[in-house]
Amino acid sequence: MSATTENTTAARTSLPLEPPAGTRRLNTAKALQEAIGSQMEQDPSVFVMGEDVGAYGGIFSSTTGLLEKFGPERIIDTPISESAFIGLGIGAAVEGMRPIVELMFVDFFGVCMDQIYNHMAKIHYESGGNVRVPMVLMTAVGGGYSDGAQHSQALWGTFAHLPGMKVVIPSNPYDAKGLMTAAIRSDDPVVYMFHKGVMGLAWMAKNKRSIGAVPEEDYEVPLGKAKVVREGTDVSIVTLSLSVHHSLDVAEKLADEGISVEVLDLRSLVPLDRETIIATASKTGKVIVVDEDYQSFGLSGEIAATIAEHSPTLLTHFSRVCMPDTPIPYAQELEYAVLPTATRIEAAVRKAVAA
Amino acid sequence: MTTETTEAAMALSAEQRQGLLRQMILIRTFEEAILREYHADKGPGFDIGKGLIPGEMHLAAGQEPVAAGICAHLEQGDGLTAAHRPHHLAIAKGMNLRSLTGEIFGRESGLGRGRGGHMHLFDPSIHFSCSGIVAEGFPPALGQAFAFRNAGTNNIAVTVAGEGAANAGAFHESLNLAALWKLPVIFVIEDNDWGISVPRSSSTSVPSNAVRAAGYGIPGVRIEGNDVEAVYAAAAEAVARARAGEGPSLIEVHTLRLLGHFEGDAQGYRTDLATVPGEDPIPVYRQKLLDAGAVTEAEVAAMEDEARAQVEDAVEHAKNSPTPNPAEALKYVFVEGASS
Ligand SMILES: Cc1ncc(C[n+]2csc(CCOP(=O)(O)OP(=O)(O)O)c2C)c(N)n1
Repeated sequence: MSATTENTTAARTSLPLEPPAGTRRLNTAKALQEAIGSQMEQDPSVFVMGEDVGAYGGIFSSTTGLLEKFGPERIIDTPISESAFIGLGIGAAVEGMRPIVELMFVDFFGVCMDQIYNHMAKIHYESGGNVRVPMVLMTAVGGGYSDGAQHSQALWGTFAHLPGMKVVIPSNPYDAKGLMTAAIRSDDPVVYMFHKGVMGLAWMAKNKRSIGAVPEEDYEVPLGKAKVVREGTDVSIVTLSLSVHHSLDVAEKLADEGISVEVLDLRSLVPLDRETIIATASKTGKVIVVDEDYQSFGLSGEIAATIAEHSPTLLTHFSRVCMPDTPIPYAQELEYAVLPTATRIEAAVRKAVAA
Repeated sequence: MTTETTEAAMALSAEQRQGLLRQMILIRTFEEAILREYHADKGPGFDIGKGLIPGEMHLAAGQEPVAAGICAHLEQGDGLTAAHRPHHLAIAKGMNLRSLTGEIFGRESGLGRGRGGHMHLFDPSIHFSCSGIVAEGFPPALGQAFAFRNAGTNNIAVTVAGEGAANAGAFHESLNLAALWKLPVIFVIEDNDWGISVPRSSSTSVPSNAVRAAGYGIPGVRIEGNDVEAVYAAAAEAVARARAGEGPSLIEVHTLRLLGHFEGDAQGYRTDLATVPGEDPIPVYRQKLLDAGAVTEAEVAAMEDEARAQVEDAVEHAKNSPTPNPAEALKYVFVEGASS
């Protein structure tokens, strides 16, 4: 990140500054593990539960090394019984523990959604505020490596649509640690979605931003604060997760041609930082939403509505680069035709600038 | 294993035994070819998204006896639902190798025209389907059985998944409903000791899923030993029962996962790797038939040659098949704006 970005961000959102390049660098997975480990050390009520979170260390390395540190009483492998163990997390949370439960791929939510949206998300309300569910449900999202229609979805819009749970989605190591720390400390249920493509895993194509500087001490990135990750004046890209990386790549490339792109990383869908969305829309008057989730009835429509409700005449351009409404195809040629790739983003920016 | 099933196994003709061996050799040859092609282009290092076959790959090396032993009793019109590790079952059920391979390679010539992938194989001609979501193949098998009975055929449905899957709600709901409605379904559990990194002892409260069958009032057997003839015999009984309208049964086979959960799995969680986890069932069976005089070395060699020729034909065909047209990514979606 450039110095300009850091300064502006600090001014806008009062977030702790990212350490300068050259200090300790971690990939996103390590940053996540560090947040969990640190909170577990400080709070004996925190534990991790899920499929293959123990000796395997999490299929996407979300829990690597934690079993060795905390033992099988607190890093707990479960049977393939998502309704039971997610429900168990809810019950434990209700009784004062702070579970971090992993649903291996978000695509599997179908087998356990009742526990999630009818229980985890509704208990606080139904109890008239008397019962809290301080639980983190963490899950892997996203495609791009031909894992097919049942293992590649983003689906954050689904969770954000259903009331009662916070939904946070980091794009980089610094945010991953700070958001996880805040999620664990939150008294509300938090769905924490990490894109496989931002984790910085050895066995997946890596974007350079999946490894970055991360402070050793604990810090929170507040849930519900978006971040301008790149300043620009011509057009705003409102996005999150892996698409932030693609958008920054495009913005850097187009800067050479004198096109100035502002990139907003939402970081959290619930709560949604509508203020910062309106601020960037007001600044450039042109907004592109880049979303790896399905287009219809989702995040992009919500962003458009947010801006229109603020002022129907604010924008001179609005467009979206989303996953079209199709199951995610397996074959690479087809998958890359529907993913919000840098190519599609670049085309959208050029069109917006020309409009 | 009951005494009768052992006797039924004893009664296998040399030709039937050769059939079982041939089937297992074909499956293994196929999986070895997929293994080779999968890793051919993944380097340097290992990038799961790279190569001619990107994505997750779950191979069934070691589990051939289940596929061969069960499917030997199935007709084309019988249903089979599989899970995320489906190739051995698909082949034994009679899936066209070119269509299967085409799909694994993500080609237009594949079963799903490259839309599905290796965990999502749908072949209506042999009533075959599979699911990447664990245990979710159990309920549709009930529906197949329901439809067959409704149509007045004596076709049956078989549904196969791992011992890990047997801890999911869908399994238990399906057993109950099938038992309640006496549906012609056979539940087959492939117990390879592991659900990814979780051993059976940490996932399952009972030593055998056969015990669980009793809880739903249906017969359940557990077969130790990964022996194709024992599977064959147990399946004979269950299939006869289902076809006769006597309802569902469960067969659990204690089988063997020779490879990692998926390709790229370093299996760091396994402590039994140094000591061989079990014997490869194919050479064992081959030797058994040779010793019994049920097959000759030359006949086995001929089976291997034949399998190689078939498999390499399928692989070549897939490689030479066109990749799907990106402009048609929205084809087959029935939503507004999509052409069909
Ligand atoms: C509902 C659901 N939960 C988790 C997974 C992830 N997953 C895929 S395979 C697997 C283990 C399956 O073990 P088992 O059923 O024993 O079959 P095996 O892989 O050993 O053949 C898991 C946990 C999934 N695909 N679906």
